[in-house]
Amino acid sequence: MTELDIDVSSLLENICEQLQRRVIFNQSPKMIGIRTGGEWVAQKLHEKLALTDPLGVIDISFYRDDFSKIGLNPTTQASDIPWEIDDQHIILVDDVLFTGRTTRAALNEIFDYGRPASVTLVALLDRKGCRELPFQADVIGMSLECRQTIKVTGPDPLIVKILDQQEDVT
Amino acid sequence: MSRLTGPNIQLNELGQLHHFLTIEGLKQQHLIEILDTAESFINPNTQEIKKVPILRGKTIMNLFFEPSTRTRTTFEIAEKRLSAQVESLDIETSAAKKGESLLDTLWNLQAMQTDMFVIRHAQSGAAQFFSQHVAPHVHVLNAGDGQHAHPTQAMLDMFTIRKHKGSVFDLKVAIVGDVLHSRVVRSQIQALSILEAREIRVVGPKTLMPESPEAMGIHVYHDMEEGIKDVDVIIMVRLQNERMTSALIPSEKEFFKLYGLTKERLALAKPDAIVMHPGPINRGVEISSEVADGPQSVILEQVTYGIAVRMAVMSIIMSNAAQLKQHRAEQASLDLDEPHTLNAMEEANS
Repeated sequence: MTELDIDVSSLLENICEQLQRRVIFNQSPKMIGIRTGGEWVAQKLHEKLALTDPLGVIDISFYRDDFSKIGLNPTTQASDIPWEIDDQHIILVDDVLFTGRTTRAALNEIFDYGRPASVTLVALLDRKGCRELPFQADVIGMSLECRQTIKVTGPDPLIVKILDQQEDVT
Repeated sequence: MSRLTGPNIQLNELGQLHHFLTIEGLKQQHLIEILDTAESFINPNTQEIKKVPILRGKTIMNLFFEPSTRTRTTFEIAEKRLSAQVESLDIETSAAKKGESLLDTLWNLQAMQTDMFVIRHAQSGAAQFFSQHVAPHVHVLNAGDGQHAHPTQAMLDMFTIRKHKGSVFDLKVAIVGDVLHSRVVRSQIQALSILEAREIRVVGPKTLMPESPEAMGIHVYHDMEEGIKDVDVIIMVRLQNERMTSALIPSEKEFFKLYGLTKERLALAKPDAIVMHPGPINRGVEISSEVADGPQSVILEQVTYGIAVRMAVMSIIMSNAAQLKQHRAEQASLDLDEPHTLNAMEEANS
């Protein structure tokens, strides 16, 4: 198994450039990070893009689809969206897009707060090929193979390590 | 025989809440888990409590054998905000009147696919009695039983204290009024001592004080001024006329003169002391309107926090049930995978 350090700041730069090219960037978008890894990534993006409205954070624990299997996350905290969702362009940020179940939960929670004008999905890393629900990110920092697992630690410094199990076999 | 193992009647084999019957016997971690989870339901900006989908598909039945406004309504709101299906039954007006026994009523309601019962009853020990007769996957919450316990009320009181004081630890708390008949006070005293309040005082006439306060770790005051001096929290409790079998106080007027909380008396407590009351309040009997509606009163906040705290208790219990199921499945697969190892261990132990 190999362990690979990712240059997070160049991925963040890449995401910022892509976001700045999008139409919604000029429509005062508001950003939401998904606790915990997504919140860390969102903090960095929010700062780099100099967004004026404060960052929102959602904790999807109460919206998970596996509650009846694994129960509640013991570190659950309140979601904190300090502005109205209605008619806003939302940039939803997660660290890793994997099965799509977190995205589903996050969208459900967002819609319980109101009806956004649009939602743009941003993922620092996209583990392609292991989606269980039909979600794709609009903006990604980097694509990975499904077999590559990821460890994100943060918030400062934000470190991403990729563990590749394939190497052992070959 | 009870299905529940361990010293506590309400914990499962992992030491987690399976029912919620009483504060007695719980550890600090159980109480903190409830308080922290309640916090996660409250929007930090608006203080609003939003609806979440976690108990979708679950049925919760509220059985009120005794009248209630606050407790029953906040339980119903809490259940609905967890997206559970909610049924509320006034037992006085239903089958019990036709002569059906309590257990028959319970089993019939259980057969309607109920996952959780919330029970209020005039008889002490009623909730525990029900908990011993429900199916293993069904949970019982005590919403007040006789003079015994009212654990969710005590937890919402602890939550309100924590919101205002940061923590219950090291606080001086005075509970004033009819301590003898109050299930709320019993549960409050247990919660305060588990959360390590510095001093718990009870204030009232001899006739309304418990028989052995020392055993409960509390200090008794018969003088109101002395009792509330320098405390951080004053909890007023109602005179429970409906539970008094004899004349224990001369008159309500006399009671107010001796133990009523007035603005002048409140000034004896710490300047930032908060005033609490589990309701319903009797204005001019145990508390003056000036104090009840004054800036130090947190009486209506208690009601709001009651929703979040009851949501927390119910979601924790259902979460524990999920974790127990998973734990048992893991144990079962372990048994299948490694019969030899387990046998070897058993032999080694014997």
